[in-house]
Amino acid sequence: MEKQLQVSAIKDGTVIDHIPTKALFKVIKILQLEECSQMITFGNNLDSKAMKTKAIIKIANRFFADEEVNKIALVAPNAKLNTIRDYEVIEKRVVKTPKEIFGIVSCFNPKCITNVENIKTRFEVLSNKPITMKCFHCEKITNENEMTYL
Amino acid sequence: MQTKSLISITDFTKEEYLKIMRLAADFEANPDQNLLQGKVIATLFFEPSTRTRLSFETAINRLGGKIIGFSDSSSSSVSKGETLHDTIKMVSNYADLIIMRHPMEGSARYASEVSNIPVINAGDGANQHPSQTLLDMYSIMKTQGTLDNINLFLVGDLKYGRTVHSLLMAMLQFENPIFNFIAPAELAMPNEYKLLLASKGIKYYEHDEFTDIINAADIIYMTRVQKERFIDPVEYEKVKNIYILRNEMLKGTKENMRILHPLPRINEIHTDVDDNPKAYYFTQAKNGVYARMAIIAHLLNLK
Ligand SMILES: [Zn+2]
Repeated sequence: MEKQLQVSAIKDGTVIDHIPTKALFKVIKILQLEECSQMITFGNNLDSKAMKTKAIIKIANRFFADEEVNKIALVAPNAKLNTIRDYEVIEKRVVKTPKEIFGIVSCFNPKCITNVENIKTRFEVLSNKPITMKCFHCEKITNENEMTYL
Repeated sequence: MQTKSLISITDFTKEEYLKIMRLAADFEANPDQNLLQGKVIATLFFEPSTRTRLSFETAINRLGGKIIGFSDSSSSSVSKGETLHDTIKMVSNYADLIIMRHPMEGSARYASEVSNIPVINAGDGANQHPSQTLLDMYSIMKTQGTLDNINLFLVGDLKYGRTVHSLLMAMLQFENPIFNFIAPAELAMPNEYKLLLASKGIKYYEHDEFTDIINAADIIYMTRVQKERFIDPVEYEKVKNIYILRNEMLKGTKENMRILHPLPRINEIHTDVDDNPKAYYFTQAKNGVYARMAIIAHLLNLK
């Protein structure tokens, strides 16, 4: 690897790099890492050439399917995933914004039923940059700057 | 169990629109058909709407069905704090079809996910009211003989008016529609619809006042311009009398032209229009019963 990472290396698992510093805890929440019993190390406010500062998460013995990892696209659109086997990076992936988003974000429409009853939100992603998405229930559009995370 | 619901107008295909038109005409010719004999229909009105409820309940009665339900939530278990989820779960065990009106947007879509019987959305807040659109289409079909090549003028509140948006979406399915929008700048047709029309190469024109441009119309669809929609009350005062249709304005209009309005009207159609044979809004309301009979028969696979 190009240089020694600022948090300790793992033998097998996943490294999620280039997370915006503000998004670190959202990513932890979205990937439900609180419930993960494997060794997890993370760093925040690390130096980054591209982003000035960034966050990084390393999870031992945990590997992610595309659908799983694409959920973080809303908060960390430029995140990169390195799959590690025996200290070697065997695969690099970027996150892709999914076509549909379940949960994660609430509908910005205060009159939407999903804000009243205990309903998992569901959105169709209409565009990527900036992200706009249409609520499956009330059919209103939520924009990137109106998103609140559940 | 696979059931079909009607929550948004775009839930139906063009073929289904045409089937509803055929069935509505059939029910208008033979209104008393006992298709719903032995069936129970739930009309759940979480907020009152006498006009819509009576139209649906007339349709059910004409078809020989039995009705359970409530006409506003204060007389139901909802006032005791029951969730929509639980109300729908319970009722879908009793009835064959749910017709619901609810003040929250998306409530009907959610109900259709929870329910194992079909759901008809009779209005979910400002979102959708698809049976209104189907009766509007039936009125166009009846008066013009076709849904193709219609020059449709939409007038009034084109920003918040859910009926005009749904009608626009439905008419896109037919050949060569032309849209004319007459609205104050503050209540103009939202960009998303204009972009959609442009992307499909469909012609539309925008006007901010009534002139003899209406002479080209096949249908003039009037809506209310409501004071509470304006951020600035001065703006409302400026425009409130511009979008009123008067009998004298109809002189040069086409013979086949008809005036529609989802009702209730306030003052946007002057009463001197009512006796003009081009005034169609009261017949339009009557057409609602036949359109709703058709929707019910279609969703329950009775026809
Ligand atoms: Zn919503």
